[in-house]
Amino acid sequence: MTIYGVALLAICTLIGVGLGDLLGMALHVKANVGGVGIAMVLLISARVWLSHRGALSAGIKLGTEFWATMYIPIVVAMAAQQNVLSAASGGPMVVIAAVLTVGACAGVVALISRIDKGEKP
Amino acid sequence: MSFLVDLLTKQGLVTAFAVVGAIIYASHLISKYLTGGRIHGSAIAILAGLGLAYWGGVATHGQKGIADVPMFAGIGLLGGALLRDFAIVATAFEVDVVQARRAGLLGALSLALGTIIPFGIGVAVARFYGYTDAVSLTTIGDGAITYIVGLVTGAALGASSPVMALSIGVGVLKAIIVMIGTPFLAPFIGLNNPRSAMSYGGLMGTVSGVTGGLAATDPRLVPYGALIATFHTGFGCLVGPSILYFTVRAFTG
Repeated sequence: MTIYGVALLAICTLIGVGLGDLLGMALHVKANVGGVGIAMVLLISARVWLSHRGALSAGIKLGTEFWATMYIPIVVAMAAQQNVLSAASGGPMVVIAAVLTVGACAGVVALISRIDKGEKP
Repeated sequence: MSFLVDLLTKQGLVTAFAVVGAIIYASHLISKYLTGGRIHGSAIAILAGLGLAYWGGVATHGQKGIADVPMFAGIGLLGGALLRDFAIVATAFEVDVVQARRAGLLGALSLALGTIIPFGIGVAVARFYGYTDAVSLTTIGDGAITYIVGLVTGAALGASSPVMALSIGVGVLKAIIVMIGTPFLAPFIGLNNPRSAMSYGGLMGTVSGVTGGLAATDPRLVPYGALIATFHTGFGCLVGPSILYFTVRAFTG
């Protein structure tokens, strides 16, 4: 049943976001602390547990994977409702931050692949 | 004409599905025929979304982009916090834990570095441009990790919409640079085997950037890069509004 997958996703999201809210209260921040991340870990654990028990049905997969595939469209809709007009004033900042980030990370990849090659038998 | 506007307004969310579907379809056509598949359709669609948001802001002088146009209010629901978080959690379902364990130390290391380095650069650049409050600095720094992390953090910490848009802007531009630049960078950074693809996925983070870029470099490397990159957003969402925010707050006071 497809709804089982959607419900599993909903339960993981509710618990994760709930824990994130509680964590925020415990840390005295008026914020949700890592709720989405906790929910993701819960969903991964739930899938592992279900597949170990052989209970990972096609319906459960369909129900969650549908929403995973809706992620890009939702991001597009999300982009379409941002206050881009006021962000446009910060133009060069965006470019500088993005270019520096990619450059630095590419450098680290080069470094890692050198070291990694040396360690391999 | 007013009948059509009424219909589209009343069917808000349904209209949003149709509009976003049309945007993505057009973007994939542009990707295929105008860029030879080099720029991923999703990246073009997101840029189109940001473009529409700009137009919405000009037309309505509102804060919510195209969602301020009554006919497109459903876009606000589709792209709102509720469905956004729901869909992001759902993407975790596709992470293969067995394969992920094999990535082990390398994946964890690149994931950690790929979170800390972009965050540090993002915060430093934002500070340079005059932002001093911990919420704005963290949101922009997290946007440099990926735009989703920036959004989740911004929403969690209550960042202002202009700061959110900057944060997304950094993340989206990063994804586009990775997408276009990967084939050119690959020979210089040893990106020609599964292990380097994994560290690349962890360091660059952006799933659309990494998968698009690796596909243009060597399609066989895509799953390895994507595997680590899919953890990137979850990891960032976990530490972004918490550890990283507290670190920044400790410095700003």
